[in-house]
Amino acid sequence: MVDLVWFQLLSAVLFVIGLYGVMSRRSAVLIIMSIELMLNAVNINLIAAASHMEGTGNFSNFDGQLIAIFIITVAAAEVGLALAVILRMFRNKSTVNVDEINLMKW
Amino acid sequence: MAWIVFISLAVLTIGGALGVVVTRNVVHAALALLVSLIAVAGIYLVLFAEFLALVQVLIYGGAIIIVLMFAIMLTRNADYPRITDNKQWPLAALAALAFLGVLAPSFIINRVEDTQSQNSSLEGIGESLFTTWAVPFEIASLVLLVALIGAIIIARSDEEKG
Repeated sequence: MVDLVWFQLLSAVLFVIGLYGVMSRRSAVLIIMSIELMLNAVNINLIAAASHMEGTGNFSNFDGQLIAIFIITVAAAEVGLALAVILRMFRNKSTVNVDEINLMKW
Repeated sequence: MAWIVFISLAVLTIGGALGVVVTRNVVHAALALLVSLIAVAGIYLVLFAEFLALVQVLIYGGAIIIVLMFAIMLTRNADYPRITDNKQWPLAALAALAFLGVLAPSFIINRVEDTQSQNSSLEGIGESLFTTWAVPFEIASLVLLVALIGAIIIARSDEEKG
């Protein structure tokens, strides 16, 4: 059986790859994709912990999975809003590169 | 057996993720993200979370990739689909690796005694969702409603306003 720590290491590597993507990409669409990678890393961590532990005290062993479902919900809402913002950005500045959107730069 | 499945799925997940952050073509990045997300659904199956695997394939593979593809197609201009990184990418790689250097040892040092991973019943998930988590569930549907209305209002063109 695969130990919990291997799932945790997988999620750590996935999170770090997403972090690199957020910091190094210029296109807003690719930054959104990298954020999705980070959210998935968190979900792997939650579900691995939930399925490797018995429920204790007030927690059942479904709580981790349900929090992961809420994260997926929020990710879907976030991508929908991000599409709208990116479209509006592209219409106003005809670029989606975040370093060229410097209207509010002081 | 579980090890073979886990390792192949982990390689697919990390390979797809690297494809997202390394490739120069934005459509290829979206397809690499799809590979990574489907492999994560497989990881959920290894963890006996079959409902989550289903949700992952439906929401991520079905909806989110399509929305991202729309974002790519609707914002196409001359320098697409070629993409460039910004100038701080070596610093970003260094910071990311340093973060991994903190995260991985902390997971390894603080290993917890885990029980055998167990099958989780669909009934249990449903019961927990509509009793313990009923209020967050309703709030989540409200969040989705607000986000979609907001997306429509932000994205519609100015001429239609009136």
